[in-house]
Amino acid sequence: MSNATVKSQSHVVHTEKVEPLTVLNAQGEIVNEAWMPDLSDDQLKELMRRMVMTRTIDQRAVSLQRQGRLGFYAPVSGQEATMIGSEYALKKEDFICPGYRDMPQLFWHGLPLYQTFLYSRGHQHGGQIPEDVHVLMPQIIIGAQIVQCAGVAMGLKKKGSKNIAVAYTGDGGSSQGDFYEGINFAGVFKLPAVFIVQNNGYAISTPFQKQTAALSIAHKGVAAGVHSVQVDGNDVLAVYSVVYEAAERARRGEGPTLIEALTYRFGPHSMSGDDPTKYRTKEEEKQMETFDPLVRFRKYLTERGLWNEEIEQATVEEAKQLVADEIKKAESVEKMTVPGLIDSMFEVTPPELEEQKQWYEQ
Amino acid sequence: MANMTMIEAIRDAMRIELRRDDKVLVFGEDVGRVGGVFRATEGLQQEFGEERVFDTPLAESGIAGLAVGLGVQGFRPIAEIQFIGFIFEAMDSICSQASRMRYRSGGRYNSPIVFRAPFGAGVNAPELHSDSLEGLLVQTPGLKVVVPSNPYDAKGLLISAIRDNDPVFFLEHLKLYRSFRQEVPEGEYTIPIGKANVVREGRDVTIITYGAMVHTSLTAAEELAKENIEAEVIDLRTLSPLDTETIVESVKKTNRAVVVQEAQRSGGIAAEVIARINEKAILHLEAPVVRVTSPDTVLGFGLIEKQWMPDPARVIKGVKETLEF
Repeated sequence: MSNATVKSQSHVVHTEKVEPLTVLNAQGEIVNEAWMPDLSDDQLKELMRRMVMTRTIDQRAVSLQRQGRLGFYAPVSGQEATMIGSEYALKKEDFICPGYRDMPQLFWHGLPLYQTFLYSRGHQHGGQIPEDVHVLMPQIIIGAQIVQCAGVAMGLKKKGSKNIAVAYTGDGGSSQGDFYEGINFAGVFKLPAVFIVQNNGYAISTPFQKQTAALSIAHKGVAAGVHSVQVDGNDVLAVYSVVYEAAERARRGEGPTLIEALTYRFGPHSMSGDDPTKYRTKEEEKQMETFDPLVRFRKYLTERGLWNEEIEQATVEEAKQLVADEIKKAESVEKMTVPGLIDSMFEVTPPELEEQKQWYEQ
Repeated sequence: MANMTMIEAIRDAMRIELRRDDKVLVFGEDVGRVGGVFRATEGLQQEFGEERVFDTPLAESGIAGLAVGLGVQGFRPIAEIQFIGFIFEAMDSICSQASRMRYRSGGRYNSPIVFRAPFGAGVNAPELHSDSLEGLLVQTPGLKVVVPSNPYDAKGLLISAIRDNDPVFFLEHLKLYRSFRQEVPEGEYTIPIGKANVVREGRDVTIITYGAMVHTSLTAAEELAKENIEAEVIDLRTLSPLDTETIVESVKKTNRAVVVQEAQRSGGIAAEVIARINEKAILHLEAPVVRVTSPDTVLGFGLIEKQWMPDPARVIKGVKETLEF
């Protein structure tokens, strides 16, 4: 020790602050050509159509919930760029492991809207995923979908598939043990998985600052040796680009990616009594509205002559009509029965359950 | 026929199923290279490769969640939880996820998973290794719970469990792993899940039990026979679904019953067995059904666990209570 006058610091692990990737800024200007996704005009319009429809469906769902025609519902307004941009970057055969707010991804990945309504209403058919739709049912236990996603990705890899598995969670979800276990397994086994954290600033009421002392959620991936990025989650083009790239990495066998998308939810956590005024200010909400993902993308497309008020209105009408049709369909689905519930517990109903079933059949 | 310990029989069952079905996978902590802390999977990675039999990071929730995801992709995972006390880290995947998969998806997905874990006291293991947690597991709708008491049953039941399209928790009593050998057929055979086995016939009293307590109860029955008391002993083999019929038939014959379990007294298998006897055979009883169990305390540390759990003398005491009522 005698020669050492300054203590070395080479044994201390350093991480540096990260800047989220933005392609389209809040003013609707392309600020990062290099990351501009290779999308045709029609594809760009389709992204906007999906975001507008998603917002309209969300507004209608909130109102249906208030009327008692939907049950549990977690609003999505504000998060459309992350939800729509990420799903659009996937192939239909890629497998989604969603949380309960991720209904838009399920819908755009192929789950009929009336089934998402049935899930909300508490009907089993809501989770009866059609054969050609590659998703799990919405996960309620925060983090469970992340360890399951590792399993799905491992299954795809073992089958020699080029498809990948994608899990969605939120900022709160990144505090769960299962978050670390899931990304760590994916790292160890080099699984074709993409983990998307939608950091909307609040886990119900708990602000991001109380979730972690880490520099960012993306930094948590570093601990597991997982390629990690942070993206402006209100920028649909940036989200598309990073998810597309992560998916391609996974397809090439280069392993998982953790994506932290910075976004904001305009509405309450859920329609079950959450009151955001108790934990965030009007000023903050107003300021965050200036980052509305639809506003900036609409501006960009309008300036390019790809979008106008007429298309917007037609899209809103299309979504309203869809909701009207699908809620009707959801409400006309056959009621569940207790014997039916009993029979769906096992492949073959055991004698003790058969006996219990008889009570309900008489 | 081969003369096998229970651990060898369990390994043999996994080997047969790994050979028979490409979708069968074996994984967990230390199950690959060294073949598990009890060597249940010894040689399987060498025979089937790392793609089929592999070590995982030390994370039980990750292991069980991996199994659920693999099940969704059509694989048949055999996930080892190294010791029963560690299942709490994996409880969400076992009791909320795997067990509900069929129902939540309306049959679109299922969880053809076997969770294996050693359990049971009497081998002086460190704390939280040896508890009897089957009571918690049987409270889970959608999950089957199997407890073999000997090598022959272990092999046949495990093959059934692996082929089952619903999740099965397979509990392996630590004390039975190597305590005795038994003739076990070499090839494949199955023992149906949900069927109990009358391991000793008798006319005076029915002892209903499972796991290592089958042997404790049989020892007691031999002692009782010297006093001309003939006990019938039922090895439940499966705790969920429970074979009510075999229990009830026997009680109707003997008119007396004693339930023996290593687990604590309240809220467990014994309570459930007694409830079913009450429902189906109460008018055939000559005496209240007696429970011989461990007390409602935590499992004692190593140096007291043998006094803590039921032994043949306590089983005999329980039997006499019903006979002398």
